[in-house]
Amino acid sequence: MATQTTAVVDRTVHAPRGRVFDVVKEWLTTVDHKKIGLMYIGYALIFLLIAGVEALMMRIQLAVPNNHFVSPQTFNQLFTMHGTTMVFFAGMPILFGFGNYLVPLMIGARDMAFPRLNAFSFWISAFGGFLLYYSYFGGSGMYGAGSAPDVGWFAYAPLTARVFSPGHSTDYWTLSILVSGVGSIGTALNIVATILCMRCPGMKMNRLPLLAWLYLVTSGLVFVTISPLTAAQIMLMLDRYLGAHFFDTQAGGSAVLWMHFFWIFGHPEVYILVLPAFGFASEIIPVFSRKAIFGYPAMVAATVGIGFISLTVWAHHMFTVGLGAPGNAFFTFSTMVISVPTGIKVFNWLATLWGGKIHFEVPMLFSLGFLFQFVVAGLTGIMLSVSPFDWQLGSSYFVVAHFHYVLVGAIVFMIFAAFYYWYPKMTGRMLDKKLGQWHFWLFLIGFHVTFDLMHIPGLLGMPRRIYTYEADRGWAGLNMAVSIGGAIQGIATLIFVYNLVHSYFKGKEAGADPWDAWTLEWSTASPPPAYNFAETPTVESRRPLWDLKHPNDPDSKYEG
Amino acid sequence: MSNVATIPHSAVGEWKQPSKGVVGMACLIIAEASIFIIFIVAYLYYAGKSLSGPTPHEVLELPIFTSICLISSSITVHFAGSALHHGKRNATSLWLALTVLLGGIFLVGTGQEWYQLIYHDGLTISTNLFGTTFYSLVGLHASHVIVGLIMLSLSLIFSLTGQMTSAHSEKLEVLSLYWHFVDAVWIVVFLVVYVFCR
Repeated sequence: MATQTTAVVDRTVHAPRGRVFDVVKEWLTTVDHKKIGLMYIGYALIFLLIAGVEALMMRIQLAVPNNHFVSPQTFNQLFTMHGTTMVFFAGMPILFGFGNYLVPLMIGARDMAFPRLNAFSFWISAFGGFLLYYSYFGGSGMYGAGSAPDVGWFAYAPLTARVFSPGHSTDYWTLSILVSGVGSIGTALNIVATILCMRCPGMKMNRLPLLAWLYLVTSGLVFVTISPLTAAQIMLMLDRYLGAHFFDTQAGGSAVLWMHFFWIFGHPEVYILVLPAFGFASEIIPVFSRKAIFGYPAMVAATVGIGFISLTVWAHHMFTVGLGAPGNAFFTFSTMVISVPTGIKVFNWLATLWGGKIHFEVPMLFSLGFLFQFVVAGLTGIMLSVSPFDWQLGSSYFVVAHFHYVLVGAIVFMIFAAFYYWYPKMTGRMLDKKLGQWHFWLFLIGFHVTFDLMHIPGLLGMPRRIYTYEADRGWAGLNMAVSIGGAIQGIATLIFVYNLVHSYFKGKEAGADPWDAWTLEWSTASPPPAYNFAETPTVESRRPLWDLKHPNDPDSKYEG
Repeated sequence: MSNVATIPHSAVGEWKQPSKGVVGMACLIIAEASIFIIFIVAYLYYAGKSLSGPTPHEVLELPIFTSICLISSSITVHFAGSALHHGKRNATSLWLALTVLLGGIFLVGTGQEWYQLIYHDGLTISTNLFGTTFYSLVGLHASHVIVGLIMLSLSLIFSLTGQMTSAHSEKLEVLSLYWHFVDAVWIVVFLVVYVFCR
């Protein structure tokens, strides 16, 4: 009873900066979950910028009709590389990076369950990204100029057959995804084992921070989602190299089977990306509303529900193939059903805000943007889930606008929020608030100019993946506006990158707990020492630091 | 001065969590099972859709003996685990050796079957859809058997040289989980390939 308690003490230490070689060696050989997390994030940021540049090049090409900024061939490579890079080498690693960094800290552990597997997973994923971009040099074989893959990010058969995709660029695409898939499985396995087996005393599953819960479900999805993709990529390799006939229609194979296999991966993948974003929101919104999260058990149940339902919706990507009435009805229904648990989450976040004392810090600005944009993205999702509507708009810019609303409007916004929220923990310094506000407002404006307007050319019939269009289609003005919005987002992102670098050297000292938050990562120094916690903490409720700061009114009195 | 978040309440009672080795292996098994499911779905989907011969009915024979060997190796690896748990080193080595032997027989059986199919029946992975799906599914399983045999052989070497003690029994337990999985997959593959679709 009654051990000595003190307020959280700032123990920020400034290690002397070692010689360059020592530092490099330390990072290359590290098995520390925080360093690996940071490497994941840094690696993902590099690919985020590369894929962003690819997006901007496409927008330059499409800004005016009959443009010749890039060739049709290059344009195909650009959208293939943009999609593949963003999903596999920006989205997944950035989320795994935050998971790696935060999960052990939040559950009071000193490292992940399998530190060496963790390092292996990172390096093999990084190798995958390298392989993908190596295709620019080696795609046509070592003798000539390279060519990137140009089969689209979902690489439908028979485009990937040897006849239609000669050279090695498609193989680099396949291998890079195979290899990074191995890394994803390794990291997901690690996260699950860490959460189930490494919790500090008292951290029961019903006291787990919601972020950890969401990472648990995301990782579970990785096993049943990335693996089918791995299997399909193995089949594609067998087709291309050993003359197998999985997707070869000439020998009775089926192109539609590839579509099924790809989307069995492809749709749950969206939830793999968005669930961690939900996790960030579930940590950030309560702290800046100064209230505990509303409906914790409902949030957990909704998360698990989303995980299961997301496995049953894949064929809504294939309505235009012609699934027949039962297929159309089932996948329309399941797609609509998934909006129920998602709606529960949205209402719980709103209820957390309700009556709260809202602090409009930069992470909160991005979280509020996320909340509203995610609802809009969900609404266009329900529109597209209606199969007759989808027959009209499938493969149009309406679809592109819809999924970018999810990926940028929801996920990227929450990733930015997470940066502003946890950067002080990772570096010991605050990100500059003024620059952060500029970043937020510019990005918000750019986002809405681009993606609100992008729905309209879709409704007017503009198909995806076209490299240019005639002037008389009535899309020109809208496309120009969309491109200008893209440029604004680019500028906002540059401000963000500048802020990251600037604040690392010149930022305000953060201290251990700059946001007056409640989860365990804020109880240790910023940046945390290699061992995270000098003593393994013990928790009594979902908000251990609240209990510490308010010994007379601890949460444990109210949680059943 | 304490500078960690220690909550001013009585210490938590007994704090037990699952073994991370078992959880990790369970996750790997879920992931591997998903890969197998996709290959099995492809097999079922393409069953009877080959545009040319040979068909499974013409060339496949039931590998009953080797299947019995593989399934029994699940029992022997279990005995190896419990022998190690009780600290009986020689028994552990014996059971592990038997497991490797039984797994090896299975692998040799697969090799002979493939030799027969390739050189006598003219069935390769590029012959028809049956060849494509058969070699990839059975080959995927065989590659898992090979990985398992490598791990089991390493365990056997450690056991023979006395480097494996009862302190390692949980690790052997985790490895035997993998081996049970490989055997269970074979039951499904056997039923799908040799019974239902032949």
